[in-house]
Amino acid sequence: MAFGKKEKEALLDPLFNNNPIALQVLGICSALAVTTKLDKAVVMSVALTLVTAFSSLSVSLIRNKIPNSIRIIVQLAIIASLVIVTDQILKAFVFSISQQLSVFVGLIITNCIVMGRAEAYAMQNGPVLSFIDGFGNGLGYSFVLILTAVIREFFGSGSLYGVQILNPTTMGGWYVPNGMMLLAPAAFFIIGFFIWVLRTLKPGQIEMED
Amino acid sequence: MRLNETTYTFLFAGGVCLVCSLLVSTSAVTLRSRQEANKLLDRQEKVLAVSGLLEEGKHLPAQEVRDLFAKNIQPKIVELKTGNYVPEDQIDPATFDQLKAQADPATSEAAPPNDAQVKRVPNNALVYQVVEDGKVTELILPVEGKGLWSTLYGYIALSADTNSIQGLTFYQHGETPGLGGEVDNPRWKALWKGRKAYDESWKPVIRVLKGTAGPPEDAPHEVDGLSGATLTSNGVTRLLRFWLGDNGFGPYLKKFREQGS
Repeated sequence: MAFGKKEKEALLDPLFNNNPIALQVLGICSALAVTTKLDKAVVMSVALTLVTAFSSLSVSLIRNKIPNSIRIIVQLAIIASLVIVTDQILKAFVFSISQQLSVFVGLIITNCIVMGRAEAYAMQNGPVLSFIDGFGNGLGYSFVLILTAVIREFFGSGSLYGVQILNPTTMGGWYVPNGMMLLAPAAFFIIGFFIWVLRTLKPGQIEMED
Repeated sequence: MRLNETTYTFLFAGGVCLVCSLLVSTSAVTLRSRQEANKLLDRQEKVLAVSGLLEEGKHLPAQEVRDLFAKNIQPKIVELKTGNYVPEDQIDPATFDQLKAQADPATSEAAPPNDAQVKRVPNNALVYQVVEDGKVTELILPVEGKGLWSTLYGYIALSADTNSIQGLTFYQHGETPGLGGEVDNPRWKALWKGRKAYDESWKPVIRVLKGTAGPPEDAPHEVDGLSGATLTSNGVTRLLRFWLGDNGFGPYLKKFREQGS
């Protein structure tokens, strides 16, 4: 199958032009919770990207067969199953991180991005395109999540991916960790700044005033 | 069959449920043994870490953890009411599952009303002893109780005087990551070492403050609170007081002090 313009758009658009977090402001809840450490954010990103891609794929495969009256609940059943499977895999292979992520993997079920892509895109488009679109949106989410986590872990704990870079005062060094970075509001500020920068560079994303 | 017929809708819903449940149960069954091995290893690691034999946050290869555990740690079954050891030929500590025993009405009792919200107390509990040259140097006791959202499961390590705390760790909880979830923070856990669990009359008085407590010499019975997680902090205080008290390990620890083993 040719990887044409449409596929490329479905994959790359969600990164900057139509970022699910920055433009649509979806999925903020988990973005606040799992970005204190980079390793958590990476695992969460991978989990969400895979779930979005495969749920879009499965929904798209049966999109012409789903009775309209129960389509949302069918999408939810598919997403929920995929999330449970992902959770089981995390528990089997990266046990300690799955413990840290605790309830947030389960909460992927309620993440608006997954459901939003299934309902808005996969119900209208073919399986391959939907898979790419889901994957792309997962990447858009991952991009913001990882960026936020890098900033929060670096300034909040002086480390990156668990490797100590700045020597904090608690270990006898010179760096005073910024405790606010580890609290949820910091993610709001960082994502807010990100949206600001993005909309300054791409004025088309600024919402019309009512 | 037309697409919007009620029968079709029901059949479709049934089909989706069937496929989804197959998927979920297959993954749960195939991965279970791996998950359980992980869980056991994790628990052994936590016991070693709380005893100080394994550096906090450090990970050894699975085999080394098992060896270290087998060499230094001796599991024992204790009858909570009397504080006596249960002989190994009656209950094998290696296969004893305390949480299962606690849930089973035949091997547990309803807990007296308590603010740690412990519902049932098992008749027998699994404690770990750190043995050095044939002498018990530390006792590691399982503790459990409600935090804010979830039940916290963990271990507290006491010196042989049954009073000085060597460490505290929770191996399972569902508290808010970043707030109550900071019970896993190594820096916070390090604050417990050297504090005293009991006062002069052997009443459990250890507590988590709201605010900072200072070094163990100045505040032997207090530990810094977790900022933004007062309810989790209170939960930790309550569950420790419950399990160190008369309804928990109190009788066993008393006997241990008197007999020295």
